[in-house]
Amino acid sequence: MADTPLLELDQADKSFGGLRVIADLDLVVNEHEIVSVIGPNGAGKTTLFNLITGIYPPDSGEIRLDGRNLVGLQPHVITGLGIARTFQTLRLFLNMTVKENVMAAQYGHTKVGVLRSMVKTPAARREEKEIHRRAEEKLSFFGDRLMGYRWDQFAYSLSYANRRRLEIARAMATEPRLLLLDEPAAGMNPKETHEITELIGKLREDGRYTILVIEHDMHVVEGISDRVVALDHGVKIAEGSFESVATDERVIEAYLGLRRATTK
Amino acid sequence: MSPDDGIPGPAESAGAPRIGVDEWVASVEEKRERYSGLRGVALREWDRLPAAARVLLCVGLAALFPLVTSDGNVFRYGLFTLVYGLLAIGLNVVVGFAGLLDLGYVAFFGFGAYTYGILASPQYNNHWQAEAAIPVVIVATGVLGLLVGLPSRRLFGDYLAIATLFFGQAFYVFVNNANRIKFPFFGHTNLTGGSNGIAGIEPFNFFGYKVQGTRGLYYLLLISIAIVLIFLFAVHDSRTGRAWRALREDPLAAEAMSIPVNRLKLLAFVFGAAVAGFTGAIYATIATAALPGDYNVGLLITIYAIMILGGFGSMMGIFVGAIVVSSVPELLRSSANARPLFYGAILLAILVKIRPWRRLALELGGLIAFGFAVHAIASAAYPRLTDGKAIGSGLFARALDHWMLFPRNPEHIADVAYILMVAAIVIFPQATGLWRALLLPALLYSVMFVWENLLLQQIGGATRLILLGALLVALMNARPQGLFGKAYVEIV
Repeated sequence: MADTPLLELDQADKSFGGLRVIADLDLVVNEHEIVSVIGPNGAGKTTLFNLITGIYPPDSGEIRLDGRNLVGLQPHVITGLGIARTFQTLRLFLNMTVKENVMAAQYGHTKVGVLRSMVKTPAARREEKEIHRRAEEKLSFFGDRLMGYRWDQFAYSLSYANRRRLEIARAMATEPRLLLLDEPAAGMNPKETHEITELIGKLREDGRYTILVIEHDMHVVEGISDRVVALDHGVKIAEGSFESVATDERVIEAYLGLRRATTK
Repeated sequence: MSPDDGIPGPAESAGAPRIGVDEWVASVEEKRERYSGLRGVALREWDRLPAAARVLLCVGLAALFPLVTSDGNVFRYGLFTLVYGLLAIGLNVVVGFAGLLDLGYVAFFGFGAYTYGILASPQYNNHWQAEAAIPVVIVATGVLGLLVGLPSRRLFGDYLAIATLFFGQAFYVFVNNANRIKFPFFGHTNLTGGSNGIAGIEPFNFFGYKVQGTRGLYYLLLISIAIVLIFLFAVHDSRTGRAWRALREDPLAAEAMSIPVNRLKLLAFVFGAAVAGFTGAIYATIATAALPGDYNVGLLITIYAIMILGGFGSMMGIFVGAIVVSSVPELLRSSANARPLFYGAILLAILVKIRPWRRLALELGGLIAFGFAVHAIASAAYPRLTDGKAIGSGLFARALDHWMLFPRNPEHIADVAYILMVAAIVIFPQATGLWRALLLPALLYSVMFVWENLLLQQIGGATRLILLGALLVALMNARPQGLFGKAYVEIV
């Protein structure tokens, strides 16, 4: 494992008005690792993703990718540096086709300007071909699910599970090193959940991605995580293997209020 | 974790239906099937054509127009349709592709016209060749687009609309008053000719060949449109076009997917502005003048009407929209055209709306009988109501004399009838069942009465605009996504 961690949060802090959503959080994600973030609703998990991807800046502290500070960079620049995310609420480009969704996300690492694509210079044609090829490659990652006739379907016509898959494919198309998956198994049936668990493993093995994932489904968390981080009210309350975090008293308290229940 | 370490495989290997048919695909297939026969073949072939071929086909058809009709008709129907069409194509980049509501768009059109006017008119004693002036106009308008875009690049939706509307109005005020600007060092300068504008703008002069006359301008516009369209189709399916559409769909997600949203918004503005500026230069040679009143909100609304009617994002739809919006008012100028159009539209609406045919026959028969009955009663009891005559000559007009009421002095009664008719149209949808069936002939008769006695009398004035408005309302109700647009899905 490299000396510099791939992602490092150093005393990151974020408040919305009087509400402290992320409180002096330290977090490390090493290269080639799968880290799960768990925590009850409102624990600050999605805010954590928004801080990392630059949608809002932290009030204080640093966020580093490979030692480089990301604070103050615009989201598209951060994505260009190698962090891609999916959205919990699914924010696909609904009125574009499946393939176009993935092609659009390649904007950051393609170059041909608008004037050259207007007259379709040879360089523009070549790059366009390459964009198509890469989109097909990303989509083929999901087996038959997003292949063939589905390329030309509009994203709005996809089933819920396929939309989640397309979100991941679109994130992959930005050629990231670190993938942030926000509840990839939300709203899926047990079979699909199982598939997603397998897929995340495959993303690391075949896709060579480092993965930070928010997930509520403990089966998924157990199945994929090298390390689990539990958040509550923006504070890291436990970190370690799934077993140690799942049995941690403070984690159980955060989810169930157990200690209070037993002391009463 | 490898795919086969004891975990059951993904769904499709477990006997689930193979890829190829699911409900959605089935429904699409069904929709395709529905258009069987000639129409289906035509639609499918049209979809298969490459964009350039479609453009050339449409342009080729349009190129035949001057061959079959007079110069006057080309001027009336052709030139303005094409000017509006080209303008709407540019606006479509900003609104249809990138989803930015730009209400200052006509200012770029005006800016192009004025810039060309300054470069090629005796008023400023400049006589630039077109091959030099046109690039300058395009670049200058593009730069203006950039300048307008810069402060508003962070705005979206309504806020952007307000900011750009302000710019459009500011432009209008500016050109109206910029004839006495005092610059340091230069002194008083007449920049725009003020409310008199720039007169005597010269035609395009390409290497000594002057593009003038109705036909010359028509073909110039047509060639320009073909070039712009082919370029824009290429951009639409390029990296930039996809990024624009992504930004229209979801700016935040686009930003998170490595798309520099602000820069692309500026680019869309520049593109739209450049097309508008180019159109402005052409328009200046058509009008041989640049006048501040030509670039005002009225034109903006016309262009938006064309784009909305054609369907956002559909470049071909824009043409149909332009033809409808610019030709219908022209066609309606004479009562000889207006009457068949009006009765034809009513008949068409009835044919489409009323089923089965037995009911249709009853309603039509009822309408005719109702007319004769009213006419007979009125001529017996109150002959002043039937003393007048229908406008125009011909068999239909004379037949109407025996069926429709034509009061000797229709002014007052027609005004009252107009208000009653509007009330009746508003109330009518509330009626159901038998009442509806019984009231329809009376309603139609009252509409025709107002038409013959009031609207047709003023066909050159307000009526044609009222009719255009009614047509747009009807079309947009029938197809909210526009004639050629596809319905956008916002929340699923």
